[in-house]
Amino acid sequence: MARRRIVAEPSKDQTEPLLVVDDLHTTFRTPSGRVRAVNGVSFELKQGRTLGIVGESGSGKSVLSRTIMGLLPSNNVEVTGSARYRGNELVGAKSSVLRSLWGSELSMIFQDPMTSLNPVMRIGKQITEVLRHHLDMSNDEAEDMAVSLLRSVKIPEPEKRVRQYPHELSGGMRQRVVIAVALACGPHLLFADEPTTALDVTVQAQILDLLDEQQRERFMSMVLVTHDLGVVAGRAHDIAVMYAGRIVEMAPTRTLFQNMRMPYTQALFESIPKLDLPSHTRLTVIPGRPPDLVNPPTGCSFAPRCERAQARCLEEQPPLMEAETPDHRYACFYPVGTPEGDEALAENRRRGYQAAGVPVMIQEKAS
Amino acid sequence: MPEVEPTSVKIDPAAGEGPDAALRHDDPDGTVTLSKTKRLGPIGWLAIIWLGLVALMAFVPQLFPVPGLTERFPDALRDRDFGPTAGHPLGFDTSGRDLLSKLVYGTRASMIVSVLAVTFGLIVGGTFGLIAGYFRGKIDTVITNAFNVGLAIPQLVLAITLAAVFASDANAGYGQRVLVVTFAIGFASIPILGRITRANTLTWANREFVMAAKTVGARTPRIIIREVLPNVAPAMFSIALLGIAIAIVVEGGLALIGVGIPADITSPSWGNLIATGRSQMLLGEAAQVMTASLMVFFTVLSLNYLGDVVRARFDVRDSAL
Amino acid sequence: MNNALRKLGQLALVLFLVTLFTALLVSLLPGDPAEVIIPFGDESDREALREELNLDDPLPVRYVAWLGDFVTGDMGNYYRQSITEPVADRVTQAAPVSLLLMLYAQVLALVIAIPLGVITAQRAGSFFDKFTNTTAFGILAIPNFVLALVLSYVVGVELGWLPPQGYVRFSNDIGEHFRSMILPSISLAAGQVAVYMRLLRTDMVATLQEDFILMAKAKGLSNKRVLWRHALRPSSLTLLTVAGLNVGTLVGGALIIEIIFTLPGMGVLIFQAISERQYVAIQSLVALIAVGYVLVNVFVDMLYAALDPRIRSARG
Repeated sequence: MARRRIVAEPSKDQTEPLLVVDDLHTTFRTPSGRVRAVNGVSFELKQGRTLGIVGESGSGKSVLSRTIMGLLPSNNVEVTGSARYRGNELVGAKSSVLRSLWGSELSMIFQDPMTSLNPVMRIGKQITEVLRHHLDMSNDEAEDMAVSLLRSVKIPEPEKRVRQYPHELSGGMRQRVVIAVALACGPHLLFADEPTTALDVTVQAQILDLLDEQQRERFMSMVLVTHDLGVVAGRAHDIAVMYAGRIVEMAPTRTLFQNMRMPYTQALFESIPKLDLPSHTRLTVIPGRPPDLVNPPTGCSFAPRCERAQARCLEEQPPLMEAETPDHRYACFYPVGTPEGDEALAENRRRGYQAAGVPVMIQEKAS
Repeated sequence: MPEVEPTSVKIDPAAGEGPDAALRHDDPDGTVTLSKTKRLGPIGWLAIIWLGLVALMAFVPQLFPVPGLTERFPDALRDRDFGPTAGHPLGFDTSGRDLLSKLVYGTRASMIVSVLAVTFGLIVGGTFGLIAGYFRGKIDTVITNAFNVGLAIPQLVLAITLAAVFASDANAGYGQRVLVVTFAIGFASIPILGRITRANTLTWANREFVMAAKTVGARTPRIIIREVLPNVAPAMFSIALLGIAIAIVVEGGLALIGVGIPADITSPSWGNLIATGRSQMLLGEAAQVMTASLMVFFTVLSLNYLGDVVRARFDVRDSAL
Repeated sequence: MNNALRKLGQLALVLFLVTLFTALLVSLLPGDPAEVIIPFGDESDREALREELNLDDPLPVRYVAWLGDFVTGDMGNYYRQSITEPVADRVTQAAPVSLLLMLYAQVLALVIAIPLGVITAQRAGSFFDKFTNTTAFGILAIPNFVLALVLSYVVGVELGWLPPQGYVRFSNDIGEHFRSMILPSISLAAGQVAVYMRLLRTDMVATLQEDFILMAKAKGLSNKRVLWRHALRPSSLTLLTVAGLNVGTLVGGALIIEIIFTLPGMGVLIFQAISERQYVAIQSLVALIAVGYVLVNVFVDMLYAALDPRIRSARG
């Protein structure tokens, strides 16, 4: 077993970002054409912060986290741009370099705990193998550590669990095991790819709270990928909204919820069920489907579904612009809450359809 | 076998086209069938041409410009040189007979035995398999258990035993021996052919169109023959091709053990040519064994390949194996 | 528990029917079995044989008597003009040879097929993968007796590297024993290698798409460990089933290969019994093979549970 470990220099300046992603592109070559799954994404993440990445399925959010980790299959994939972890370039890094970072510095939690644990290996072994591999622990040490890890993710009777197989545990318990595996070697950066989507609603909050708690205790950075704006609302420091492989709006959580600029963010926000609305209120749905990533539209990729879309939106790709609120960027020519945006919406409603020809309903909120 | 589940939860109908789908399909080459395109392809055509040639050799060997079986060529014997000469592209056996003639005329016995055996096995096994898979319940249990008993005896051992028992009469004629060999191979192939037919029937018997036929009051035999059988047929056909390939090999095995088609100058089969060629080979004349083996090889290869094509084309699941 | 009982019941039924079928083989013989089996000697010998085989009794009685003898190791006699000897004696001499041959072939096949299956699955679509698959497809079309004949001739006779025929006991000379078994084992294993490799490759390709493999990678484990420790075991269940079922093919193949290489095993025994029309012996030998084959598959079933804990707990 190769135990070459990159010595990641602890940064002198605590405010220096742990992860810097710059103009990252991921393209899949498929029989039907080139799929631009990630199309020019840039962001920074500091130590101890949680970044929520939100988007529909097909928006490229899962591919983004796997691209940064370097976990994509090697055939028919092109990655360009840069992702630096503590100054080490991850894009195009040798697999031996990546392997020494995986599990020890960078960890990942997968979506479905039913399929992400090896069905024919005992729980204990799945934890100890990563400990022994990265931390050179003896078998006994690793086993003790596994038990205490299971205890720390609040699994009852951890001594008994280590000898069980995944199928003997419930979905929530399995996801706790996955978290224990991911946290075993004390990584500095954790990617959680839809960690609760496959779980019962009652268990989702527990798992998210556990992640939250572990993140704070360990002062880790976390990238929380989800399709549910509600999941990241109270848990992420910053939120990036992804659409068609691009970040379309990014801001500190509070700013985003108070001052959202991008019509897509607003649409996502309105599709969350809210407790203060009367029951039987119809949720707003986003009309249409996510764009074709093989032949993306020329202008703004959300334009075909946007009720504010104007002719300009179909011709020109809006750049990521700075908002007046700090650390807030968005990509829209007619943003929500601005005079131009309101005017565009009002005009489309007068006409009855938007620039791409999709009808715009004159709808009053809370009707 | 662990079931392969898709890795992403579908949140909207477009999920299948998103990049997550691309993640899953990094290896388009998941299957092992050699024929990926489901089309025949050049190899498929070669296989068909070869099998056509074999069929001609079996039915009308007179078409081929080769010497008669009983003709001997003393020149070869005199010079102790059995290699190829003009007019004798494969040379001679150690009795000075033309090898190519033996191969051509040996085709008929091999093909008759293997095709008839599999036809017999398929008719009997297929019928029981259809019945078991269609009606299920007790009748299925009985038939499946009978198949299991058959499968508990290795096919070749069963064929050997049957051939030995029924050909025990030393005075049995050539036709009778061929019949016994055919029956032995055919009987021994009933369980496996039946099992596969049953498994494929199970997957079709509860489909909507069968239900529909039942509700409009079609009679059961009609449903089985008109609705179920056509859908099971591709599986039966592909397994029949493989079955013939196996039968050709078993015929050779029986010949080597001495219970195959009786070896005689006028009644060659590929199997008994290999069996009788053994002694020549140990004396350094390997041509007869090698050429007869090549006939078997190319025929089996063609049948296997076409069986694969049929399976890929009709998406036959061989869960019963 | 209920499941186990039902399985046991099925096993008993299959064993019963198989032995019944083989026990009745003698009655299938055209004409008077006693005449066929002992064409020489006088009527008193045949009378003794009828007595011995209970030929004059009704079928159930004959079966029970035969089964009683069979389970106590009495497999009837080998009737020769000069001497009558128990079949069981011959079997104890011959069975180890066949079992060793099948064992060597099976081990050889798995030792070659497993790495090939794993590597081709990992490099699915590569030149190596395509080459290996095409070769395997070709090998599948070579009957094992053809391979045996060719190897015996080319390697044994022409090149003289290994004995073309004959058997040396393990206890006599270990080196020579293995030398005498190399060609037969290769002949028997070649087809199995192709079958096993293709099966394992298919299952491995499917397993490698699973989330838990991605997770194992994300743990930073070496490629080797991911392949061999995480992917192989869940992929080996189909292989195991087929390896169990394939014992049937192996038995058939071994019989013929023994004859070609003149290894004094069960194949040669059956061959002799057939050519000398020893139906009592044939009957016992077939029954023995069938019972052994059924038991092997029961064993495979149990191995399954060892490989897959999900099955283990489902059985309670």
